[in-house]
Amino acid sequence: MDILFDNLPGLLIAIPLLGAFLTPLLSRAGDSVRNTWVLIITGLSSVCGLLVASRVLETGTIVYTFGVNTVSNIIPPDSGGIPIRIIFTIDPMNAFMLIIAAIVGFCITLYSVSSMEKLSGKDGFFTLVLLLIAGVYGMIATGDLFNFFVFLEISSLAGAALVAYRIDKGVAAEAGLKYAALSTIGGMLFLVGVGLLFAQYNSLNMAVIADRMQLTGLDIIAFVLFFTALAMKCGAVPMHFWTPDSYAMAPSAITAFLVVSSQASLYALFRVCFTLYGGQINPLTVGWVIIILGILSMFIGVTMAIPQKDVKRLMAYHAVSQTGYMLLGVGVGLAALSSTCLSQSIGIMALKGGLFHIMNHALYKGLLFLTAGVIFYRCGTRNLNQLGGLGHNMKWTMVFFMIGALAIAGIPPFNGFASKLMIYESTFLFNPLLAVIAMVVSILTLASFVKVFHSMFMGPKLPEYEDVKEAPTPMLIAMGILAILVVLFGIFPQQVVDALVAPAASALIDYQGYITAVLGGA
Amino acid sequence: MIDNLPFLVVAITILLGLYAILLRKDLIKMIMGISLLESGVNLFLIALGYRWDSIAPIFTGAPSLAMVMPTVQALTLTSIVIGVATLALLLSMVMIIYRYYRTTDVREVTKLQG
Repeated sequence: MDILFDNLPGLLIAIPLLGAFLTPLLSRAGDSVRNTWVLIITGLSSVCGLLVASRVLETGTIVYTFGVNTVSNIIPPDSGGIPIRIIFTIDPMNAFMLIIAAIVGFCITLYSVSSMEKLSGKDGFFTLVLLLIAGVYGMIATGDLFNFFVFLEISSLAGAALVAYRIDKGVAAEAGLKYAALSTIGGMLFLVGVGLLFAQYNSLNMAVIADRMQLTGLDIIAFVLFFTALAMKCGAVPMHFWTPDSYAMAPSAITAFLVVSSQASLYALFRVCFTLYGGQINPLTVGWVIIILGILSMFIGVTMAIPQKDVKRLMAYHAVSQTGYMLLGVGVGLAALSSTCLSQSIGIMALKGGLFHIMNHALYKGLLFLTAGVIFYRCGTRNLNQLGGLGHNMKWTMVFFMIGALAIAGIPPFNGFASKLMIYESTFLFNPLLAVIAMVVSILTLASFVKVFHSMFMGPKLPEYEDVKEAPTPMLIAMGILAILVVLFGIFPQQVVDALVAPAASALIDYQGYITAVLGGA
Repeated sequence: MIDNLPFLVVAITILLGLYAILLRKDLIKMIMGISLLESGVNLFLIALGYRWDSIAPIFTGAPSLAMVMPTVQALTLTSIVIGVATLALLLSMVMIIYRYYRTTDVREVTKLQG
């Protein structure tokens, strides 16, 4: 039993990878065998993720080294002090992201087992889903730059293939091509950055590079490359053009997880800014660049969302806009922490708000995309002009949509309010104009979702949807889990912030702690 | 000066790749650009680890001379494998697009806009 617990971080990747490649084999035995298998595998990997996260929160950073007997042996004795081994470094920040991936990962598999029922090609679909989950776990957990690149590519390839999975007269393939091409270019930029750092510091290990970082000219070039690549992947505004296409065309369950995979890139962006270049870059400049990206994403995302007719495309633009809030929170955190005239607590609060918003966004956005998926599953269209009166027959879906919509608009007592309030309060003290823009965007979001709610669920029954049925039970359960969490996190925000977000925020700031955890105080 | 020649080639390859991605109007040519970009990056990694007058990093019966850096070669190998997978995925998507749209011109592959 002990050996199992010691190797949990390894199992985190091993379980979904093994599951993915056995799925086509087990599909030969029939649909129900495969569905059970896929559910067991994602259930196990989610449990694994939650266990790892709880251990990290209890006992501090876990450093897991691959290919050694004693888990702590990071630097091989015969290597002359150069850590050449592949490691996973999981500190409270990573644990925070792992919890998000574990919850959403399980819900989307449960959902897609039911939503894919009538469709063909399920073997490949579930294989790719498990690969996507493995890729995202890897991106979150790894402590090695090249390893991050590999997992980034695994998740991008699986994600692009899933976006294009329902070819849909070539339109989905078009969206998938955009996503794949952009991810590849982003990945290559990232790899050049990795090469530049390796050339100077002879290591790929994040902690070692952070320890040796000197901020030469080449390092600044590498920083710009990392920043561009990761901002591209997380869908911040000047590079957001792929988001609406791929989010709208992917099957809904996949969209919910693509949100998490974008957030894994966002996490990596923060990791690069705070840990890899910790204390070296000019926090005010980088902070303001992040803030400007955030403001642009918020504003352009929401204004593009308002005229949309396709409900998923509309939600995708809102996802861009919500990413802006996270960037704003963390950017203000970075800039305020370095400022001498503002107190540290403002920076910490902004950082906490930004991070808490990541978790809340994953939950309510996942919920919203899943409800949009139910509508498409039952009615066969995503066009808002053709939908109407669904509230009579789809009561639960309507309730879940309402919870998600109120949460994204930042209405109390849902979780979106809790994190947005933290962002408003701290941003207002940093620069009132930013807080005003954030509130205006929030109001526009509410306006847009009132419109969607009205045109989908309200009004008399339409003749073509006279006997439309409620979603199947597994889909309702998946949405229910997310909805309950949205409400719980909204009612008890302080407990969640204290238990999960505050450790994550302090781990992100404390780059010395990260280095010491890996190098053992050396 | 001659030491920096590989990096010059790297720069030229990457710039050619970016040129093809940004300015060509044909999907296949854009993918060729992505492929060029990948080759440029791979060459960059290999050139980083190379040392003049050194031998391949194989320890069995090796003379005691300086060896080239093996880590970047391992990275390049991984990156080549990933590149093949990406290229196959991209080209298969272009095939599907061509089957439905009868064109690979980016100006006409625009059903998703707005």
